[in-house]
Amino acid sequence: MARAITTRRKVTFTIIGWLVGFVIFFPILWTILTSFKTEGEAIASPPHFLFFDWTLQSYFDVQSRSNYFKHVMNSVVISFGSTLIGLAIAIPAAWAMAFSPTKRTKDVLMWMLSTKMLPPVGVLVPIYLLFRDWGLLDTRLGLVIVLTMINLPIIVWMLYTYFKEIPGEILEASRMDGASLAKEIIYVLTPMAVPGIASTLLLNIILAWNEAFWTLNLSAANAAPLTAFIASYSSPEGLFWAKLSAASTLAIAPILILGWFSQRQLVRGLTFGAVK
Amino acid sequence: MATLRTRSAARLMMTPAVLTLFVWMIVPLAMTLYFSLLRYNLLMPGMEEWAGTLNYRYFLTDPAFGAALVNTLLLVGGVLLITIVGGTLLALLLDQPFFGQGIVRLLVIAPFFVMPTVSALVWKNMLMHPVYGIFAWIARLFGLQPVDWLANLPLFSVTMIVAWQWLPFATLILLTALQSLDEEQKEAAEMDGAGPISRFIYIVLPHLARAMTVVVLIETIFLLSVFAEILVTTNGGPGYESTNITYLVYAQALLQFDVGGASAGGIVAVILANIVAIFLIRLIGKNLEA
Amino acid sequence: MGSITLEKVSKSFGTTNVIPEIDLEIADGEFVVFVGPSGCGKSTLLRIIAGLEDVTSGTIRIDGTDATHEAPAKRGLSMVFQSYALYPHMSVYGNIAFPLKMAGEDKSAIDDKVRSAARVLNLTDYLDRKPRQLSGGQRQRVAIGRAIVRQPKAFLFDEPLSNLDAALRVNMRLEISELHHQLKTTMIYVTHDQVEAMTMADKIVVLNAGRIEQVGSPLELYRNPKNLFVAGFIGSPKMNLIDGAAAAREKAATIGVRPEHIVLSKTEGPWQGKVTVVEHLGADTFVHVDVDGVGSVTARAPGEFPVKHGERVFLTPEAEKLYRFAENGEAL
Ligand SMILES: Nc1ncnc2c1ncn2[C@@H]1O[C@H](COP(=O)(O)OP(=O)(O)OP(=O)(O)O)[C@@H](O)[C@H]1O
Ligand SMILES: [Mg+2]
Repeated sequence: MARAITTRRKVTFTIIGWLVGFVIFFPILWTILTSFKTEGEAIASPPHFLFFDWTLQSYFDVQSRSNYFKHVMNSVVISFGSTLIGLAIAIPAAWAMAFSPTKRTKDVLMWMLSTKMLPPVGVLVPIYLLFRDWGLLDTRLGLVIVLTMINLPIIVWMLYTYFKEIPGEILEASRMDGASLAKEIIYVLTPMAVPGIASTLLLNIILAWNEAFWTLNLSAANAAPLTAFIASYSSPEGLFWAKLSAASTLAIAPILILGWFSQRQLVRGLTFGAVK
Repeated sequence: MATLRTRSAARLMMTPAVLTLFVWMIVPLAMTLYFSLLRYNLLMPGMEEWAGTLNYRYFLTDPAFGAALVNTLLLVGGVLLITIVGGTLLALLLDQPFFGQGIVRLLVIAPFFVMPTVSALVWKNMLMHPVYGIFAWIARLFGLQPVDWLANLPLFSVTMIVAWQWLPFATLILLTALQSLDEEQKEAAEMDGAGPISRFIYIVLPHLARAMTVVVLIETIFLLSVFAEILVTTNGGPGYESTNITYLVYAQALLQFDVGGASAGGIVAVILANIVAIFLIRLIGKNLEA
Repeated sequence: MGSITLEKVSKSFGTTNVIPEIDLEIADGEFVVFVGPSGCGKSTLLRIIAGLEDVTSGTIRIDGTDATHEAPAKRGLSMVFQSYALYPHMSVYGNIAFPLKMAGEDKSAIDDKVRSAARVLNLTDYLDRKPRQLSGGQRQRVAIGRAIVRQPKAFLFDEPLSNLDAALRVNMRLEISELHHQLKTTMIYVTHDQVEAMTMADKIVVLNAGRIEQVGSPLELYRNPKNLFVAGFIGSPKMNLIDGAAAAREKAATIGVRPEHIVLSKTEGPWQGKVTVVEHLGADTFVHVDVDGVGSVTARAPGEFPVKHGERVFLTPEAEKLYRFAENGEAL
């Protein structure tokens, strides 16, 4: 199979590879570096790459000036809340579609997918007005509801493709062994599906964390998650790069790490199983 | 697998998901459709009246719509071009064995996990700023006049930012597809005397075609709705130079409070997205049978 | 106890009728084998008995009581699946214990039963392993272990040996027969391999397109096949079926003669022809002959029979072992 690869070739690709990786990663790297600078260093020209006075000042400033932690909590509540509710609704549905398919199952799946393709502006106006009337604007609850619905099709789809890989005969065996439906799900299906459920959870937390249409439009000071909070740095008076970088680094770091862990599942989740 | 008992249990378990999604989709969509036929402005409450197709005529003949439509197409097309070509090259690169391959792979996919508002602001300020940005510094390094990217090339700049965010997606999917290519097929082609270029054209590219289609369709769905990047960088300006349909509808609704007009725009956006969606659904549906 | 009765059972998937109405009696302690070609509805019938599929119409009685609408768990039957269907996340011990746990038995009783089942099946050393760490034959034994611990009224096997290699298959076949002698529990066994059917069954049910063609003991089916289908299906190598002039002479549409009922000779016999293929198995020799005016015929000679491709040989079918079939395939 694999033939010996010449060292020269390997070294060449190592150089090209790292160079390309560095360029693509640079904006993130630069953000992280800037977050450890003072505001003065941040706009120094020519830029200071590594040799500057490293400081954590910006991180403290971000918290003290704007109660940064509140927005972190908003992001956490919204992304975890919407994902967990989504899973609770989607697991039974995916179970049914994977193990008791009918002629209409495929249509239902495709229809769910099609709701995902509805552009958000198509429903922005009524959702905004309804939320205003119901007092859901700028509340965590409102955003949890919206993000649950936004990501539900993806959750159902991902779980469905994972459940499909579990042989139906095993569930039938448990039925023959005397397990009730509830026990079948608890003792047999769930333990076998844990890896799939975990990846679904992960990917959806990432998607919900980064969602920036609804969060920007439906939240203000109170419920704003990090996406919306950081957008407030776009105003001209928000031109504090070190603080922007500190806030950004904190906002992206956890999700970047989660994302790195879930890169395989990402492909599957975002292509609805069309590419594995 | 299928007895009456399991079937009825299955139906029961599907109900919550189907019902909530159905309500979520149909109620707001019906309302949008209804609003789009009204003269309805939030600044003049209680003055709603039937407007027929007036909003549509107004929205579609507004020069801003023409500009936004062109911008949307340019933005989507530009990002697709960059991500497909770049993604293929990156996938081929990452498929080669080299030292630290795993780490480089992580670096390359990282932008996908950066929230849109962060990437837009970082690019706007720290990279594209005409005085303090890295690009300006590089330009000066070569003795060139720095470009004020967002003021002079707003749509191009937004395209760059969005392409940076989506490049990892294309790369990752194409890489996955590339790695699923049967090694023996490549070896067989080699035995048949095909060189690297013809192997790429006749074996690899056809194999990637499906994944590329998936990338194009899925990215299109998301790119039609690009919003945060425009909001925090250019606000659609200058003029309408970087306004896309999504942003136009947002501006109409939440900046001008013109519910009727915005709803008409929303419906137009839905129709545009559906044209793409039909193709995507077909593709994925076909896959479901395989 | 474990008698099973099917009364006018039929099954359709949507509009396609897979099993037209059938009746079948299975007595307590019997080893019944369902055989038939692929797609004839064997698995479907077994799954109906198990309760994994609903009947479209008809009644299933287990020990005389109507179980048609009972859940699978309530029927007191055990099933061994073709893919074994072991729980991948549980150890061998956990797999075998699972049905007992579901039945709510207490820990020490479970432990006793699992260990004694493991002893019977030679699995004691593997109790802590996960299924993926076992060989095919061991997995098969775990599946059987899981089935026997509950002491079911009947065992259902769906082609349990088809994933094993030939040698192991013979072994497991003996083990299952042995198990049946020990437990004396009713067993229903699905296979498309007629050798398994002949060697294991007390009673064979031959299915074709969902219909029961014939029910009987292996030797009954071998001696008196009711029709062409059964005649062609039971016996290996297959019975030679001959139509045309040779059949007309016997006043039948088709005549059948088993390879072992043909005497081969190099010098004399009513049929003569050219040898096309010879298979030397040592104990037997199968000779395929293109008989003049009859067609291709297979004959079986005991021991070694020295003949080569292209040579001419003579064949004598034993007159009293000749089967005659009418136009509609029924035996005359
Ligand atoms: N769920 C189903 N829906 C529709 N048709 C089915 C279904 N299950 C089985 N069938 C059809 O019923 C017929 C009998 O299938 P069954 O699985 O019982 O065959 P079998 O005798 O077990 O075959 P094999 O030896 O290949 O396992 C087949 O033609 C099959 O296509
Ligand atoms: Mg079968």
